[in-house]
Amino acid sequence: MAQTSIWQQILDPSHRADPFPLYAELRKTPVVREEDGSYVVSTYREIVALLHDPRLSSEMRNLPELGADTPAQASEEGPAELPPNVIQADPPEHDRIRRQLTWNFGPPHRPGRVDSMIPDLLEIVTSEIDGFTGKEQLGTTRVDIVDDFAYPFPVTVICRLLGVPREDEALFQAMSDAVIKAIDPSTGGIAEQQRRRAKATADLGQYFAELLDARHGQPGDDLLSGLLSGDGPEAPMSYEQILSNAALLLVAGHETTVNLITNGMLTLLRHPEVLDRLRRGAEPDLATRVVEELLRYEPPVQFLSNRYALDDIEVAGTTIPKGSPVNLVLAAGSRDPGGVPNPDRFDPDREHNEHLGFGGGIHYCFGAPLARPETQIALTELARRLKNPRLVADPPPYRPNPTLRGPRHLLVDIDGVNPAQHRPP
Amino acid sequence: MKIVVDLTRCQGYAQCAFAAPDVFAIQGDEALLYDADPDDTQREKIARAAAACPVQAIFLDREDARNRQSGRGTHVPAPGPEEAFKRTGRIVIVGASLAGLVAGSTLRREGFTASLTVIGDEPHLPYDRPPLSKQVLMGQVPARRTALPRRDEVDAHWRLGVAATGVDLNGKQVLLADGEKVGFDRLLIATGVRARPWPNEAEAGLDGLFALRTPEDADGLRQRLAAGPGRVLVIGAGFMGSEVASACRELDLPVTVLERGKVPLGGALGAVIGGVAAQMQRDHGVDLRCGVGVAALEGDDSGRLRRARLSDGSTLDVDVAVAALGSIRNVEWLEGSGLAAGVWGVACDAGCRAIDVNGVVTDDVFVAGDVARCPHPVYDYQFLALEHWGNAVAQSGIAAHNMISSQSERRPHLALPEFWSTQFGTEIKSVGVPTHADQVVIAQGSVDERRFIAVYGYRGRITAAVAFNQSKWLEFYAGLIDRAAPFPPSFSTVDQPTDAHPVAVEVPERPTPQATVVVTGHGPSERRATLVRRTYL
Repeated sequence: MAQTSIWQQILDPSHRADPFPLYAELRKTPVVREEDGSYVVSTYREIVALLHDPRLSSEMRNLPELGADTPAQASEEGPAELPPNVIQADPPEHDRIRRQLTWNFGPPHRPGRVDSMIPDLLEIVTSEIDGFTGKEQLGTTRVDIVDDFAYPFPVTVICRLLGVPREDEALFQAMSDAVIKAIDPSTGGIAEQQRRRAKATADLGQYFAELLDARHGQPGDDLLSGLLSGDGPEAPMSYEQILSNAALLLVAGHETTVNLITNGMLTLLRHPEVLDRLRRGAEPDLATRVVEELLRYEPPVQFLSNRYALDDIEVAGTTIPKGSPVNLVLAAGSRDPGGVPNPDRFDPDREHNEHLGFGGGIHYCFGAPLARPETQIALTELARRLKNPRLVADPPPYRPNPTLRGPRHLLVDIDGVNPAQHRPP
Repeated sequence: MKIVVDLTRCQGYAQCAFAAPDVFAIQGDEALLYDADPDDTQREKIARAAAACPVQAIFLDREDARNRQSGRGTHVPAPGPEEAFKRTGRIVIVGASLAGLVAGSTLRREGFTASLTVIGDEPHLPYDRPPLSKQVLMGQVPARRTALPRRDEVDAHWRLGVAATGVDLNGKQVLLADGEKVGFDRLLIATGVRARPWPNEAEAGLDGLFALRTPEDADGLRQRLAAGPGRVLVIGAGFMGSEVASACRELDLPVTVLERGKVPLGGALGAVIGGVAAQMQRDHGVDLRCGVGVAALEGDDSGRLRRARLSDGSTLDVDVAVAALGSIRNVEWLEGSGLAAGVWGVACDAGCRAIDVNGVVTDDVFVAGDVARCPHPVYDYQFLALEHWGNAVAQSGIAAHNMISSQSERRPHLALPEFWSTQFGTEIKSVGVPTHADQVVIAQGSVDERRFIAVYGYRGRITAAVAFNQSKWLEFYAGLIDRAAPFPPSFSTVDQPTDAHPVAVEVPERPTPQATVVVTGHGPSERRATLVRRTYL
């Protein structure tokens, strides 16, 4: 058997706690070909270039090697496959879907929507942290930042935004997990991943179909109601497209922010001087800068693996042949000394932080405008309210997924919880 | 507080508009309009917006600076004449707008601690002009509140409201309108351009006729537009005229646009893409008349503009007219200085050093911004004069750096020309030189939807690209221009039109109506060039 490539080692769960030395190795060859014919790009400039390169397609269903064996609609068990969602589509289809989704989410039509959610975000965070009390034993309270906070908070937020009942979590969590597992490149070839992803997404779509049926005729102010109403500047999405994108938003809306918040708390506990500055609250924009630096330093999405070359593409002296799948390792690029000075230093005071945490180009993270205030508020409140927080284990146990990387649990001992401060709105 | 967005960098991600929706607004897909002087209560949200910008294009003043930059005090001087100059030299910048400001702050940032004087003929501290034809006319920002933020206060002697009237290169002095003389060791010329005035002097005095360049111009025009005039006449459909027409339609004012050429924007983008712009104007209710000019403007007894007689014999009743006739470079003060300064601008090399009338590079005089004209290797070393915001920033930064650097440390100004225009809810962005082209092809997207990228080629290589609401792809095409990639592009991309084929670009010819130079003398020691003005038309 051939030597295990650096990329294979990165995918191996045993390196999940600290993949950054491997990323540094990877960057020595900015564009590397893997045995399966896929390419891995790990340096800052090359990733930025490819994020803006129209010769890269996100329509993996058109990948030549998948060919005709992808079932068009009917799978034997379970609901019919759904059309591509916004991140699986190229322009002009991508742009149309994205405009439709944005119509009910942000500018130009709903510019203040996310801003107006901020009091809600603070209220949810406050009540989650209030819930930490009552677990005290011998003066010490042990909390799991993941299960007790960083997971439930964004789930509540995305449920409110989409108009999904919070109590349905038990129903959709397993399906969401299945979607996440399906896109884990360490679990099988691309064709296999695509099939599992399609199946898992269809299941989640089925959930949404039932939900929408039950709500028929009672539209709310949520994003799904907006999509169903079909208002907007152009032809409304098909029903199946709505289901497909609803499934995407539900999954992406909470499987990523949980890691950003948890990675954030872990990083702050490893950099107590920054945690302390955040606790003191004397720098109004510190939380903002902490979150941007986290997106660079410990990004929740480590790489993008849903692109392939429509034509031969020369990058850094290597030609990626037409038809090759391409992995863009955002987390390696954001720590490339060729793109960022002192990249391995966690430094929220950076003057110019043009990180790759949310990707770039037309597929720039749709949820970024929401994830930012969620994480800013979450980390600020944790810093202010947790008394003397200590990591129980460093490193904490990690989830196996190499793409959406984050701790499975983050146990923290605290001496109690400070009361919530009333901040001016 | 003051903010400015580098819209050359902006790719329309809209993150700022999510974070601070009262300050940043998106029109259409990706056109950003913002309040340049928002209320201080917005400071926290604006800080979030600036941090969230994926391309870090938002700049704020730093009243709350935490002294994160400590560059100046920690500079370790290396021995050498340039280090001595940084401590003892005298630098004068003529021109107190964007280029002058960027040059001044670059000089300070790079360790120039000695005497710095900035001379400007306008009474204002440096302000940003792009909002004057957009947010200001729409009433979103007051005309006098587009001052540029200054990251660190530029420690300089600001001589504002007094024009430079001449320069004595031998005596190394700038002469001012008030009679004062300001000595320099090195000089930066950044006097920019002014609006071309209405050619008929009697008509030029009509109340209701505007040019648009300064805050005073914008303020006056804004007041007239806000009063709800019957019909606005825009004369000239370049970028300025088109943006004024767009603002009028935004205000629901009837507007007629006259363009002597075949299409709007034809001089910058060629007739093919100009044709797209024409359709866009008409779809937004503009009464666009191409191939038509003004024969005469007529006022009433009190001198108020009432009517325009057009070159096609028709007449129009108008209350307000905007002469968007392009610009004139502010070079008159350099007449007789011995520099190669004329209607085309002030010539300089790619390192921003001024070229004298004989074509010899000078040592201590530098040029940057709209007034500069410098050779670009990508465009066959042609001298380009670029009236672009991004060029003023890039070139003045290079000029300032070179002014205090030794020969081996000097940098060439090789940035590709880039500009943008926001009009009719569409973001138009350009990279390269679209007029340096013989053919154009739609490489991505749909012209009908006005979401597309047009790629321009000259004799088989790519020389420019223009995006309508597709700015996220543009840096890819910039890379192709840098690498002299073949035209037409032969590769496959997403969103590629199936029926695209290159067509003639149709750039208007621009003959120079004047002789500029005569050469006299015999033998190398005698031959000298002299600037002349001789009109052949």
